[in-house]
Amino acid sequence: MTPPAGTPPRLTTAGDLAQIFRAEHGRVVATLIRVFGSIDLAEDAAQEAFVAAVQRWPTDGVPPNPGAWLTTTARNRAIDRLRRESTRVTRQREAMSMIPTEVDEPEPAGAVADDRLRLIFTCCHPALAVDARVALTLRLLGGLTTGEIAAGFLVSETTMAQRITRAKKKIAAARIPYRVPADHELPARVPAVLAALYLIFNEGYLSSSPETPLRHDLSSEAIRLARVLVEVMPDEPEAVGLLGLMLLIDARRSTRVNEGMLVPLPDQDRARWDSDLIAEGHLLVRACLRRNAPGPYQLLAAVNAVHTDAATSDDTDWRQILALYDQLLALTPHPIVALNRAIAVGEIRGAAAALKLVDTLMLEGYHPWHASRADLLRRLDRNAEAAEAYRRGIDLVTNTAERAYLQMRLDQLPRR
Amino acid sequence: MTEYLLSVHNAEGDHPDVDAEVTPEMLKAYQQVDGFNADLTASGAWVFAGGLHPPTTSTVVSVSDGQTLVTDGPFTESKEHLGGFWIIDVDDLDVALDWARRASEACMAPVEVRPFQGA
Repeated sequence: MTPPAGTPPRLTTAGDLAQIFRAEHGRVVATLIRVFGSIDLAEDAAQEAFVAAVQRWPTDGVPPNPGAWLTTTARNRAIDRLRRESTRVTRQREAMSMIPTEVDEPEPAGAVADDRLRLIFTCCHPALAVDARVALTLRLLGGLTTGEIAAGFLVSETTMAQRITRAKKKIAAARIPYRVPADHELPARVPAVLAALYLIFNEGYLSSSPETPLRHDLSSEAIRLARVLVEVMPDEPEAVGLLGLMLLIDARRSTRVNEGMLVPLPDQDRARWDSDLIAEGHLLVRACLRRNAPGPYQLLAAVNAVHTDAATSDDTDWRQILALYDQLLALTPHPIVALNRAIAVGEIRGAAAALKLVDTLMLEGYHPWHASRADLLRRLDRNAEAAEAYRRGIDLVTNTAERAYLQMRLDQLPRR
Repeated sequence: MTEYLLSVHNAEGDHPDVDAEVTPEMLKAYQQVDGFNADLTASGAWVFAGGLHPPTTSTVVSVSDGQTLVTDGPFTESKEHLGGFWIIDVDDLDVALDWARRASEACMAPVEVRPFQGA
């Protein structure tokens, strides 16, 4: 509803508050876990602080540093709760000595950044199952509710709640440390963090959901968390590469699906790509190049930088893309990388050369392999084989927009 | 500090029979485990450790309605079984996982890490 003319503008809308809470959730919870050593207590206290903010900010106005206000309020709520509980169990004196004194001072900025980093590494500890890492990251750092995460990954809220509870119990019982790994441990630990964020992004970008082809909320959340990671680990080139990759893919978001059908890269309306995201992505890719410590995410970001650099599809510098995939394949010799490299070969040396490479790959269960084969066979006028490959792809694909696209291609094949 | 059980999982057939000859492979594992145990003791993390005879030597005892039933083991027929274990006392899971990595290297078999209750 539009407020009547003359009404003073409200200081905060529900939308503003929700945005602030989501942005500050990780900060508040991360600090409280360090102070109190309990994830559950930290989450409950953060929730109470958010409720207090909902009650007070619309009339008092948003404090100059909302994050510090929320952290201090949550911390005091947690102390209150510990006091109440310690009274109840009549062990007041022992428990009280463990309770930190009430504080009004905000944490120094550096300590806060370290807390969030600790939290990311705890959520993405290799001792946790991958789906639990993703769920915990979205819940604790992203501030998403269990219901939102469940909806994002197409499981029931009960299942997701159990998954999160089990993971939190394991963290407590097995004593998964709340600590940023030492420098020598980072190479083994950072990939799990990046993989969790990329998984969240991809689920939003090309969801396996039969109903919703794109779930922007998950992609946006992954980008926001990647920004946090880059902010707290500015010297990790793969984190920068991952953020760049996400931005350059996300820049094409609004052109990727049209009327429920996937629009492949050459057919996308480049004028509608988000030029701000592309500019930022290119800046990050250039920063990575200067550092000259290439890794998989940086190379994929560079591939997407080449795509988004071309004014038209025909201007794409496929030789550069092939060179990047050569590097990527040397780093990560995976058949999916080889498939993407073969597609670049097809643009340079033709469909027959590409098909030869594609047919050597053992990717029978991977629908893009069938889709790529189908496209190459179509270009070689081997229509019967192309039709069969499209059908195999359609059988395997779960995303509705992709299926619609493959079906259209199949229908358009010339009949003999 | 938390106590963790580091258990060694042997696949069927991997576990030497009671009177089996000691192969060079086994001898190597024994020597490596001795070295590992010395390091564990020196670090102060050692609580207890032991290797077990094969599951064919086990006996199961169960009491139900006051009746004691003794049967030839093992309790469950499975492809993997407990070959031996360590109990260690360390700060957190990361430290335990590092000892488990070295234990697995020494005994040349997978090692499962599990926290004890109430530690």
